[in-house]
Amino acid sequence: MLDADFFRRWMTATAMSVDREAERLTALDSPIGDADHGSNLQRGFTAVAAALEKEAPATPGAVLILAGRQLISTVGGASGPLYGTLLRRTGKALGDDGEVSEGQLAEALRAGVDAVMALGGAAPGDKTMIDALVPAVDALDAGFGAARAAAEEGALATTPLQARKGRASYLGERSIGHQDPGATSSALLIAGLCEAEEAAGE
Amino acid sequence: MSDEKLVGIVLVSHSAEVAASVAELAKGLAGGGTVVPVAPAGGTEGGGLGTSAELISAAAASVDRGAGVAVLTDLGSAVLTVKALLAEGDELPDGTRLVDAPFVEGAVAAVVTAATGADLAAVEAAAVEAYTYRKV
Repeated sequence: MLDADFFRRWMTATAMSVDREAERLTALDSPIGDADHGSNLQRGFTAVAAALEKEAPATPGAVLILAGRQLISTVGGASGPLYGTLLRRTGKALGDDGEVSEGQLAEALRAGVDAVMALGGAAPGDKTMIDALVPAVDALDAGFGAARAAAEEGALATTPLQARKGRASYLGERSIGHQDPGATSSALLIAGLCEAEEAAGE
Repeated sequence: MSDEKLVGIVLVSHSAEVAASVAELAKGLAGGGTVVPVAPAGGTEGGGLGTSAELISAAAASVDRGAGVAVLTDLGSAVLTVKALLAEGDELPDGTRLVDAPFVEGAVAAVVTAATGADLAAVEAAAVEAYTYRKV
């Protein structure tokens, strides 16, 4: 079972990897975006980590709802409402339970990903974060490691795609050949699940 | 009609200057008489280009007179942030609505219509209608 502490570790691990990879995310966002994805997410997840340390929510759902709220209010770009909605909707789907199963998490995360698709209007293949998140959720039944591998593969597979959502879509065919920054950061979020799991064994 | 509550208008742009200027333009074109509550919510809190959920919430609260608030946005994160705030349920005043309209033309139509004391549905309809205004 996964408790609130697991979810705090997930968010903290994601904050650390976003911090570590911020320059790479911004570099990926330079040719096809407005070169702010890394710095925006870094600001957002730094705020998430700080808020979780200060408030220490008692349930898994409450951890994700607080994290999502922080992202919506601090990121400043489209990734704020998108990641914020992902975490908030996942948190709401987890309800008030003090501990949740991996199956419950998989189901809740699917609700979160569906909410992101409804908000942004993106579908798989549009060269967005959805291209990492949907395969990850599909693989989650096989464990966090399988989900991480699926998310990373999904992110890499955005390179030959033509962007159909967001600012990159204005570039048309010129968006082909670049890995999507949002799918890349989504893979970091999913990888954070593995890190949170590994940290539990320490 | 003077005791009627007016619909509030919030203008959300990636740029603080654009939001403030469009607010001035719309109020100016609405003429004198009734003063419609209009608030810009442009850029990030730090003054950069982007969208601030805090500025949007504050702007909506500042123009809420109890008759609803029409929110017009430019694009991308401005649209997504307003939608995410509406989905939260308690972040924006009751009767706040994201209006699907062109930013400048829609703002003018919304403010002019709101100045007549029209309700939120009429303000929204006028702003949406601005899409049909052809220039060529």
